[in-house]
Amino acid sequence: MTDLLYTQVEEELRAAVRDVLADRCPPAAVLGRIETASPYDLDLWRTLARDVGVAGLLVPESLGGAGASAREAAVVLEELGRAVAPVPFLGSAVLATSALLAAADASAEAASWVRRLAAGEVTAALAVPFSASPYRETGDTVTAGGDGALSGRVAAVAGASVADVLVVPAAGALYVVEAAHAGVEAAPSLDLTRQLATVTLWEAPAVRVAADLAGVRLALTAGAGLLAAEQLGVSDWCLDTTIAYVKERHQFARPVGSFQAIKHRLADLWFDVARARAAARAAADALATAKDVTEDAALPVAVAASWCSDVALHAAEEALQLHAGIGMTWEHPLHLYLKRAKSVQIALGTPGDHRAALAELADLPSPA
Amino acid sequence: MNEADIRERARAFRAGHDPADRLAFLRARFDAGLAWVHFPTGHGGLGARRELQRVVDKELGDVPQLAPGKMAIGLGMAAPTILAFGTEEQKKRFLRPLWTGEEIWCQLFSEPGAGSDLATLATRAVRDGDEWVVDGQKVWTSGAHHSRWAILVARTDPGVPKHRGLSYFVCDMRAPGVEVRPLRQITGEAEFNEVFLTGVRLPDDLRLGEVGDGWRVAQTTLMNERVAIGGGDVRRGGGMIGMVADTWRERPEARTHDLHQRLLRLWVESEVTRLAGARLRAQLSAGQPGPEGSGMKLAFARLNQELTGLDLEMRRDEGLGYDDWTFRRSEAVDFVGRDPGYRYLRAKGNSIEGGTSEILRNIIAERVLGLPSEPRVDKDVPWKDLPR
Ligand SMILES: Cc1cc2nc3c(=O)[nH]c(=O)nc-3n(C[C@H](O)[C@H](O)[C@H](O)COP(=O)(O)OP(=O)(O)OC[C@H]3O[C@@H](n4cnc5c(N)ncnc54)[C@H](O)[C@@H]3O)c2cc1C
Repeated sequence: MTDLLYTQVEEELRAAVRDVLADRCPPAAVLGRIETASPYDLDLWRTLARDVGVAGLLVPESLGGAGASAREAAVVLEELGRAVAPVPFLGSAVLATSALLAAADASAEAASWVRRLAAGEVTAALAVPFSASPYRETGDTVTAGGDGALSGRVAAVAGASVADVLVVPAAGALYVVEAAHAGVEAAPSLDLTRQLATVTLWEAPAVRVAADLAGVRLALTAGAGLLAAEQLGVSDWCLDTTIAYVKERHQFARPVGSFQAIKHRLADLWFDVARARAAARAAADALATAKDVTEDAALPVAVAASWCSDVALHAAEEALQLHAGIGMTWEHPLHLYLKRAKSVQIALGTPGDHRAALAELADLPSPA
Repeated sequence: MNEADIRERARAFRAGHDPADRLAFLRARFDAGLAWVHFPTGHGGLGARRELQRVVDKELGDVPQLAPGKMAIGLGMAAPTILAFGTEEQKKRFLRPLWTGEEIWCQLFSEPGAGSDLATLATRAVRDGDEWVVDGQKVWTSGAHHSRWAILVARTDPGVPKHRGLSYFVCDMRAPGVEVRPLRQITGEAEFNEVFLTGVRLPDDLRLGEVGDGWRVAQTTLMNERVAIGGGDVRRGGGMIGMVADTWRERPEARTHDLHQRLLRLWVESEVTRLAGARLRAQLSAGQPGPEGSGMKLAFARLNQELTGLDLEMRRDEGLGYDDWTFRRSEAVDFVGRDPGYRYLRAKGNSIEGGTSEILRNIIAERVLGLPSEPRVDKDVPWKDLPR
C-alpha cells in the first residue's frame, strides 16, 4: 500500500538538510549571489552532496551510493524548493544520475561515472532542454559522427554551467561527454536560482553508454515526479510566509488576515497544498517501489506533476498579490519563488502535457 | 490488539455464527467487538487502531452488511458524540441498536433563525425536576421521519452569551409533542423535514455532557460530520469521478476537446483529493478528527457539483430529462441508484449541509491557519439581548 506519510528516517534527513540551508542559504544569501558570476552555490552543494550525502541517494550501495530511494530524494527536494537553493541537485543527482544508472549494468563507463557522482566528486547534467518531457523524444538536435564524436546544440540545459560531465542523448543513443570538450554558455534565465545554459558540441569526443534512450525516459519520468516535491516545497514557503505576513500587516486598524476575502483565499490555498503533499508523496512512493518506473509510476507521476505545478505557481502568485507592494520589490525574496514556480511549471512536461498523458493512463480517451 | 489478532478474531467469529439471521448476526458481531474496532471493548470495539477496521471488513465481506444510507447520522455523528460524552449507561443503551440499524438517528440542530450561526439557536429546554421541557422549531432535519432518536441542541440559559447557554440532549422522537412535517426539496422528494417541539419532556438522563457545555459537545458532532461527509474511502478512479468517466467512455460521439480538458482536470483533482483523504486517515490513528477534515468536505462538495454538472452536459439530450419528480418521502441520499439529473440537483446540498463551504473556509482560516477572526459583535452579549 502506498505510504503517504514521512518515515522517521526521512524526517531526520529533512532536518539535516534544513539545518544546512538555514545556516548557509538564507534568502539574503540567495539574493546576494544570483547576479554574480557564480549563481550556483558550489560550496553549499559540496556540503550537501558529500557531508549530508544527498548526491548518492538514488544510487545503490553496490555502486557506492546510499541505497535510498525517490522517497528520500523527494524530501531533499522539498527542502531545496522551500529555500530556492541554487544547487544542481535535480539536474545532477536526479536527472543525470538516473539516466546513467539505467545504463550502469551494461556499461562500465556509466557505472564508473555513477560511483563518482554518488561520492560527490563530480557533478553532471543531462543534456536535454529543461522543458523536455517524458512524453516526447529527446536528442534530436545532436548527431553522432562515424567515430562517435558528437555535434549539435542543446538549449536551456539545467545545471550545465557547473557540470563536469554531460550525459547526452543523441540519435537514439546515450553518450557521456566531459564538459571540457563542450561549449557551455549561460544566458539570463527566468529562474535566477537555477541557471540554464546552451550546450554546443563540435565533434566532441564521447563515450556511448547505452544504445537506446530508455534511461532518458526513465530519468525524465523520475524527474517530473520528483520535481513535484520541489514544487511542494515552493508552495509551503509561499503559504507559510503569506500567512505570517497577513497576521502582521495592519490596514483599516486590523490585521489584513482578518478580512474574509483573504482568509478564504488562504483556506483554499492551504487545501490545495495539502493535496499537493499527498500527490507528491504518492509519486515518490510509486517511483521508489515501481518494478518498471516508466510503466508503474507513470500515472502517479502525471497526477503529481500536473497538480503540484499548478499549485506551486498559484501559491507564488497568491503570495505576491497578498504581499502587494513589498512583493513587487527585488529586495523581497518572493520573486525568486515566483520565477522558480513559473519555470518549473514549464519544466519536464507542462501540466497540460501530464494531463494529456492521463487520457491513456486513466482510460479517458481523447475525442476522435 | 494487532492486525493478526483481529484477523484471527474475525475468522473465529465468522466460523461460529450463522449469518442467515441478519439481526442476530449483527448483534453478535457488535458484542464480539467487531463493529468498530477503535471503540472500547464492551461498546462494539476492541480499543484497536481505527484503520484495522479494514481487516474485519475484509474477513466479513460476505455476510450481511449495514445499510448505511439511513444510518449515516447515527454512525457518523451521534455515535462518536455519545462515545466522547455519554455515561456508561447511555453508551450501553444507544450504541448497539444504533450500529445494527435497529434504531435510526437524526440531527435536530438547525433552526429557521439559526443556520450557519448555530449557536444563536432559540429552542428552549427548561428544567422541571428530573426532566427537561423542550419548546422550539427545528428545520432541514434529514430523515426525521424514520428516526427513533435525535441529537438535539437547545438553549438552557438565555442570560449568558450564546455559546455558553446551550446543552446537548438525546431527543426521543416518539415523545408526545414531537411533530415531523416533510419539506419538499429541489429534487422533488422530501428527504428533510421541519420538526416542531412543543412541551416535549425529556428525562435528565438523556442529556449528553454537562448543562451549559452543549456547544463543546456539538463541536465533536460537527467535526465528525464533516469527516463523515468528505472522508469516504474510495478506490482510484472510483466514486463520482468513476461514474462521470463511464459516461465519457460510453459516449464516443459526444466527446469534445472542451469536455475532455475539463474531465482530465477533474480526474486529477479527484485523485489528489482521494490521496489527501487517505493521508488524513493514515495520520488520524485514533481520537477525534481535527479541523483538517473540513478541507475534505469542501473539496468533496466542489467536485460533486462540478462532476455532476459535467455529466449532464456530456449526455446532451439525455441530460435534459429527469427520472421522477414525485413528492414522496425518500429513504436516503441516493447518488448511485438515481439518474444524473437527481445527482446534479442533490449535489447542490453538499456545500450547504454540515456547514456551508463559506463557514468551512472560516474554520480552516481560523483554526488551521491561525488567522484572526473578524470583529465579533455578539461574543460577550447575553443571548437574550442579541439583535434579531
Ligand atoms: C440537504 C440538506 C440536509 C440538511 N440536513 C440537516 C440535518 O439533518 N440537521 C440539521 O440540523 N441541519 C441540516 N441541514 C441544515 C444545514 O446545516 C444548514 O442549511 C446550514 O448550516 C446553513 O444554514 P442556513 O441554511 O440557515 O444558511 P445561512 O446560515 O442563512 O447562510 C446563508 C448564506 O450566508 C453565508 N454565510 C453565513 N454566515 C457566514 C459567515 N460568517 N461568513 C461568510 N458567509 C456566511 C452562507 O455560507 C450561505 O451562503 C441540512 C441542509 C441541507 C441543504
